Amino acid sequence: MKPVFVRPQSLTDKPFHFCPGCHHGVIHRLVAEAIDRFGVRERTIAAASVGCSVFLYDYFDIDVVESPHGRAPAVATGIKRTNPDKFVFIYQGDGDLAAIGTAEIIHAANRGENLTVVFVNNTVYGMTGGQMAPTTLLGQPTTTSPYGREFGQDGYPIKMTEMLAQLEGVGFAARVAVDTPARLAQARKAVFRAFETQLEEKGMGFVEILSSCPTNWGMKPLEAVRRIEREMIPYFPLGVYKERKGSDAL
Amino acid sequence: MPKLVIRDDRCKGCSICVEFCPKDCLEITDRLNPLGYRPVGLRDPEACTGCAICARMCPEVVIEVWK
Ligand SMILES: Cc1ncc(C[n+]2csc(CCOP(=O)(O)OP(=O)(O)O)c2C)c(N)n1
Ligand code: SF4
Ligand code: SF4
Repeated sequence: MKPVFVRPQSLTDKPFHFCPGCHHGVIHRLVAEAIDRFGVRERTIAAASVGCSVFLYDYFDIDVVESPHGRAPAVATGIKRTNPDKFVFIYQGDGDLAAIGTAEIIHAANRGENLTVVFVNNTVYGMTGGQMAPTTLLGQPTTTSPYGREFGQDGYPIKMTEMLAQLEGVGFAARVAVDTPARLAQARKAVFRAFETQLEEKGMGFVEILSSCPTNWGMKPLEAVRRIEREMIPYFPLGVYKERKGSDAL
Repeated sequence: MPKLVIRDDRCKGCSICVEFCPKDCLEITDRLNPLGYRPVGLRDPEACTGCAICARMCPEVVIEVWK
């Protein structure tokens, strides 16, 4: 018999601590598949963030540096610049990347740091109990916007991929989702492209993945999966926003 | 026939795999696993084509597929 699907080698055997139906697990697996696919496990160092993905170091069979909240792009910059032969990726939630760490990601992108960024957008601060994030949709109730986010008071949900795609230092920028088998296949491709961007030294490879947080959305896992298509994709359109081609290397 | 290896001790019963199986082979059982969830089980092994959609959609990497 031949394997059709088996656990990627870059994942340890430790069971995830995520809530039932949380997409962090799927996204961890996609990243592990990319590490396996490009054969970079022995030379990969990740910079993990603070949030529900804080235990990245337990789940990946690679070296991981834990960063202060939002500072993974700065930590990763240091790692990559001092070890240019290493493969370096960052994995950040939306509270981490788009709130407290906005300055770090924008400047790392603008400097064209040769890093791969996996940005998990679930429209809330998951780990701390579902507070409003900059990505929270208008009308979405959270623990700090119990009547729903309102633009007059809270501003608009921030579109990080569109913003970063405009920066010269970014080689690849895409937004994907993992809520259906077809979109999952697209997401896998985009994660692979974000890996290749670094391997080809074309600047930052950035992929935003729309992700569910059933617990803090107050939904059952399947309801949360359906919310992605119903509410998130219309506001956060999927697609490749930037792709630097072969000859125009940074 | 394809073979599914279901590590149901780590299943969290989210039923995403059940929902997306195109052949409706899977079901949430009424057992309890050591985590306290009702894990998935293969209801109709004959109908399984080994497409591995369940395995790819599972957030917990519970299912392995061999063919
Ligand atoms: C400097 C600092 N401020 C605040 C916190 C509290 N804190 C921990 S996780 C988190 C938000 C994480 O949300 P997100 O990045 O969206 O990740 P998720 O948990 O949703 O995956 C916050 C505010 C902290 N750990 N450090
Ligand atoms: S709180 Fe949300 S993001 Fe965190 S593990 Fe649970 S479902 Fe996932
Ligand atoms: S998707 Fe995974 S965790 Fe969810 S019910 Fe199926 S096997 Fe269990």
